[in-house]
Amino acid sequence: MATIQVEIVSAEEAIWTGTGVMVFAPAEMGEVGIAPQHAPLLTRLKPGEVRVQQENGDEQFFFISGGLLEVQPNQVTVLSDTAVRAADLDEAQALEAQQKAERDLQDKTSKMDLAKAKAELIQATAQLRALQKLRQTRR
Amino acid sequence: MPSVRDIRRRIRSVENTGKVTNAMSLIAASKMRRAQNAVLQGRPYSEKIQDVIAHLAAQPSDDASASQPLLQVRPVERIAVLVISPDRGLCGGMHANLNRRVGQFMLDQGVPVQVVAVGRKGRDFMVRSGSDLRAVFTDLGETPSLFDTVVISDMLVDLYAESEADEVYVAYTRFNSTLSQTPVVERLLPITPSELTGAERVGYIYEPDSLVVLQRILPRFIEMQVYHALLESIASEQSARMVAMRNATDNAKQLGEDLTLVMNKLRQESITNELLDLVGGMAVLEK
Repeated sequence: MATIQVEIVSAEEAIWTGTGVMVFAPAEMGEVGIAPQHAPLLTRLKPGEVRVQQENGDEQFFFISGGLLEVQPNQVTVLSDTAVRAADLDEAQALEAQQKAERDLQDKTSKMDLAKAKAELIQATAQLRALQKLRQTRR
Repeated sequence: MPSVRDIRRRIRSVENTGKVTNAMSLIAASKMRRAQNAVLQGRPYSEKIQDVIAHLAAQPSDDASASQPLLQVRPVERIAVLVISPDRGLCGGMHANLNRRVGQFMLDQGVPVQVVAVGRKGRDFMVRSGSDLRAVFTDLGETPSLFDTVVISDMLVDLYAESEADEVYVAYTRFNSTLSQTPVVERLLPITPSELTGAERVGYIYEPDSLVVLQRILPRFIEMQVYHALLESIASEQSARMVAMRNATDNAKQLGEDLTLVMNKLRQESITNELLDLVGGMAVLEK
């Protein structure tokens, strides 16, 4: 029986590699079934289930939260997204990052003043100590 | 003159330091392996997506590329740089090297540079040098997921799409091997698809159409590149820390040995002096 090489990968890990006789995937235009020697195809995937029917009758199931399907005559690749995106969460995090930058830039002036003050203090202390030593040796 | 007791105390403190640095070195080694593994895991996705983009970009122009903002080259008036650096120190010269490289890059540009900083070490450098810091991300941890970096790549894509930056670069430390890490600055946007030879080309069917597919895939590509740069930075950081801590452990051991020699010599001297006193005293008594 003709088989097709199947690879399911995400940006974080290689999820599964194997062979199958038929692959079902939740394409944007509806579920597609890919058999060996399918014409080359590239399509978006909706969140849903990817099913691989293997030679021995086993079925492998994978839930994906979206992605891309690339089909070549002998190979099917599912480029899976890793998580469902929440636009609001992104925005909140982005805003926080920007505010952090502003705070850090403002902190800089106060940090610099502190550093300068520390340096002057150290210098003054050293001078004082040197002066005391000088006085002691003179006696 | 320090006493034998003082030196012994010092030796003990040095030995303890050596134990800490040794532990840190071992921990960093295992974290480095994990980070390296994460880089390898992401490679099949990365290669495939680049391949697909190359095919899409090579389409007979039904203006697919022309209408894709992320592929468009513009005259460069402002640029943005994502700087990825460690949050913590004790990793040898790594962050200093990166900061130097980034500093040089920014000076070489003839145009204003905006910075997005990931990691405290880079952030501190940017703050100190008075850069135009747009956003700061820290505490991403040692095992970030792609999800953690999506907000960063989205921000960069927005900067580019809204013409606040005409080019976007990413500066990070590339992991070559345990002993070799290199700071690099690479261009992220606009995307330059790789060229395909005639033999490599595949005539895909695109559903619904190539434009829509391209639109979906380009941001994914940027996300993956940012994620990948972060993973490499982490691997570099851990291996640099491992080496630095190993050196510190060796130094501590050496120092302990040197101090022990000094202590023993001191002990011998004091014993000799006591004996001389004793013998001298006895000689007087016998007379």
